Amino acid sequence: MRPKLRFLSDDLAARIVSEARDLLAKVGVAVLNDEARSLLSDHGAKVDLAAGRVTFPPGVIDQALKSVPRSFKLYDVLGVETNDFSEDKVHFTPGSSTINFLDSGTWAIRKPSSEDYVRYAKLMSRLGWIASQSTAFIPTDVHERVSDSYRLYLSLLYCEKPVVTGTFTARAFQVMRDLQLAVRGSDAALRAKPLTVFSACPTSPLKWSGVTSQTLLDCARAGVPVEYIAMPLTGFMAPVTLVGTLVQHTAETLSGVAISQFASPGAPALYGGSPAAFDVRYETTPMGAAETQMTDCAITEIGHSLGFPTQAYIGMSDSKELDAQAGLETAMGATLAVLSGINNVSGPGILDFENCQSLEKLVLDNEVCGLALRLARGIEPKDDFPSTPLFEELNREGHLLIAKHTRKHLKGELHYPGPVIDRANHGRWKEEGGLPLLARAKREVDAHLKAYAPSRLPAAAKADLTRIMESEARRHGMDRLPRRPG
Amino acid sequence: MIYDDIARRLQEGDEDQVPRLVSQALAHGLAPEEVLEKGLIAGMNAVGVKFREREVFLPDVLLAAKAMHAGISVLKPKLAQEGLPARGKVVIGTVQGDLHDIGKNLVAIMLKGAGFEVVDLGKDVPPERFAEAAEKEGAAFVGLSALLTTTMPVMAKVVEALRSRGLGGKVKVMVGGAPVTQDYAREIGADLYAFDAASAVERAQALARG
Ligand code: B12
Repeated sequence: MRPKLRFLSDDLAARIVSEARDLLAKVGVAVLNDEARSLLSDHGAKVDLAAGRVTFPPGVIDQALKSVPRSFKLYDVLGVETNDFSEDKVHFTPGSSTINFLDSGTWAIRKPSSEDYVRYAKLMSRLGWIASQSTAFIPTDVHERVSDSYRLYLSLLYCEKPVVTGTFTARAFQVMRDLQLAVRGSDAALRAKPLTVFSACPTSPLKWSGVTSQTLLDCARAGVPVEYIAMPLTGFMAPVTLVGTLVQHTAETLSGVAISQFASPGAPALYGGSPAAFDVRYETTPMGAAETQMTDCAITEIGHSLGFPTQAYIGMSDSKELDAQAGLETAMGATLAVLSGINNVSGPGILDFENCQSLEKLVLDNEVCGLALRLARGIEPKDDFPSTPLFEELNREGHLLIAKHTRKHLKGELHYPGPVIDRANHGRWKEEGGLPLLARAKREVDAHLKAYAPSRLPAAAKADLTRIMESEARRHGMDRLPRRPG
Repeated sequence: MIYDDIARRLQEGDEDQVPRLVSQALAHGLAPEEVLEKGLIAGMNAVGVKFREREVFLPDVLLAAKAMHAGISVLKPKLAQEGLPARGKVVIGTVQGDLHDIGKNLVAIMLKGAGFEVVDLGKDVPPERFAEAAEKEGAAFVGLSALLTTTMPVMAKVVEALRSRGLGGKVKVMVGGAPVTQDYAREIGADLYAFDAASAVERAQALARG
C-alpha cells in the first residue's frame, strides 16, 4: 500500500472549491492583459473593463476544467522520459530562481555568477533523486535582459534533465522557446515531448498581472506546460486561517486554468502553489512553517480532486546555512510532500526563504529526497508468507546475512543513502577524518563535479543553442557571453 | 499623566480612546506639538521597540499606527504649521520591471505610522517618475524597492535621475528588498538601506534628525 497523508476531508475539499467558485462568480479576479480578458469574455466570463475585473458565472470554470489533461510527462534533452506527472507519482526539482548563492568555501551568501551556474548544472546531471533541473538562480554577470534565457541556455547545454523555469518579462518567452526548439528540432517534437515547465504566478489577492497572463497564453499556445504558483500570504495578503487561504488559492488558480484552457484546450499544467504562513514577528514568508507545508499538501489534495497533476514549493529551509534547521525543515517538507503525492516538488537546495541556492545543500537534499521517496514505496510483503521457513533458517544458521531471501531483497527493500549521510560508527567516522556534514557535502560536490560527463545532446544542437543565445545577447548590447569554464 | 495615557492607549491600538484623549489634552490647554511628541510619537516609538524585541507583532504596530492617525486628525488643525514637524515626505515605489510590492507597501504603512507623509507611486515605476515626483512633492526621501536580481540595477538609474535634476544630496535615497544589500546601497550612492520596514522607519528617523 502506498502510504497516503490527508489534511482535508472530502467534504472540506469540496466546500473550499465551491467557495472559490462563488468567489470567482461574485468578486472575480483582476486580469491585466487585454488578450486574456477578451479570451475569457469570449468563453462566457464577465469583464468589467472599468474595474479591470473578470467574474466567472457558474459553468465557465466547469468548461475550463473539462479539457484539463489529467497527466503529462517530461522528457530530457535526448527525448527520454524522466517525469510522469500522474496519480501520486512524486518527482523532485531544485527550488528555482534564487537571488543568492551559498559560496562553497567561505559559506557566505553572495550573488551568483555564470561559473556557479555551470557547476550547478553539472551537479544536477549527477543527482539521481532529483528528476529535473530548474533554472535555479540568476547569474549576475550577464545583462539583466537576458537573465531568464541565459539560465535556460546553460541548463540545456550542460545537463540532460528537463527544466522547470519561467520568464521575468513577457518578451523572454520567444527566445526561451527557440532554445527548446534547437534541442527538439521541431515544434511538433517539442509538443510531443515537453522539455520544460514554466512557472506562472498570480498576484495575491486575486490578480493576474500582464506578464504572468501572457506566460499562460504563450505556453498554452506553444504546448509548453505551466505550473500555476499562487502565493497567498496567510494573515497578510490572504485570510489568516488555512481554510480561508485555500479558498483564495483555489480561486486564483482556477482563474489561471481558465486562461490556459481557453487559449488552448488540453494545455498541460500543474496545479501548484507557494503559499506561506506570513510571520508577523519578522515580516517574512517562512517555507519551513508547519502551516506553509500543510497548505502545500492541501493544495495537492484539492488539485488531485479536480483531476490535475500538482506542484508545490516545499522541502526547503529558511536557515542561512547548512545547519540542523536546514535539515529539519527540508526533511519535514520533503516527507510530507511525498506522503501527499505532490507530483512536482520544488524545494531541493533552497535556503533563506526562496532566496538562496546551495550546491552542498543540493547534495544533502538529494539524499533527503531519496529517503522520502523510499517512504512512498511503503511496506509491502515480499516472499514473507508463510514466514515460518525463514525463521527456521535463522535458527539453523544463526543469521540471515547470506540467506537467499536476504540476497534477493537486500537492495530493493532497504535504501542506502550516499556518504553525505553519516552511518559510520564513531571509531570509523573519527579515523576517516571526523568530517562534519558541511565538509562531507563539499567533498561530494567536488567528487560529482570531477565525475561529470558532458551532456550527450548532439554537437549541432549545442552549437544552435549558442548561436541563439549569442544573437539574443547581441540584441541587448553584449558583444560576447561570459567565458564558460570547460 | 495624560501623555502616558495617550501613549498607552496608542500602544493598545485603541482608535476611540486616542483621539478622545488628544481632544481632552487640547481642551486642557496643552500644546499640540507636545501632545504629538510626548503622547503619540512616544507611544509609537515604544511600539517600535517592542516590535523589534518581538513582544508585539506586526498587526499590533499597524493598529497602533491607525490609532495614531486618529489622534493626528484631531491634532492637525491645531498644529502651528500644516503637516508634521521634522519627519518630511517620502516618495516611495517599486522600481521599473518589478511587480513585487508587498514589502514596499509594508514600508509605506510603517513610515506613515511613524508620522512621515508618504506618496506611493506603486510598482513598475520608471526612474524618471521617481525624480519628477520627488521634485514636485518636495520630498525629503525617495524610497526604492526591488525584489528581482534583474530590477535591482534600476535603483542606480533612479539615483542618476535625481542627480540630473539637481536633487542629488538634497533628497535622501533609501533602498530595500531581498536582493539589495548595504554594500549595494553604498555602491550606488544611496543614503540608507534597511532590511525590513521597522528598521527602515528607525533609520529614516535617525537620518531625518540628522
Ligand atoms: C510574494 C512573492 C511574489 C508575489 C508578489 C506579490 C506582490 N504583490 O508583491 C508574486 C507571486 C506576484 C511574485 C511574482 C514573481 N516573482 Co516573486 N516572490 C515572492 C516572495 C515569495 C516573497 C516576497 C515578499 O513579498 N516577501 C514579504 C515582504 C514583506 O518582504 P520583502 O519583500 O523582502 O520586503 C521587506 C524588506 O526586503 C524591506 N524592503 C522591501 N522594499 C523596501 C524598500 C525600502 C525603501 C526599504 C527601506 C526596505 C524595503 O522591507 C520589507 C518589509 O520587511 C519572494 C521570495 C522571498 N521570500 O523573498 C519571491 C521572489 C522575489 N520572486 C521571484 C520571481 C522569480 C518572481 C517572478 C519573476 C516569477 C514568475 N516567473 O512569474 C514574478 C515577478 C514578475 C515581475 N516582473 O515582477 C524570485 C526572484 C528571482 C530573482 N533572482 O530575481 C523570488 C526570490 C522567489 C524565487 N526564488 O523564485 N512573487
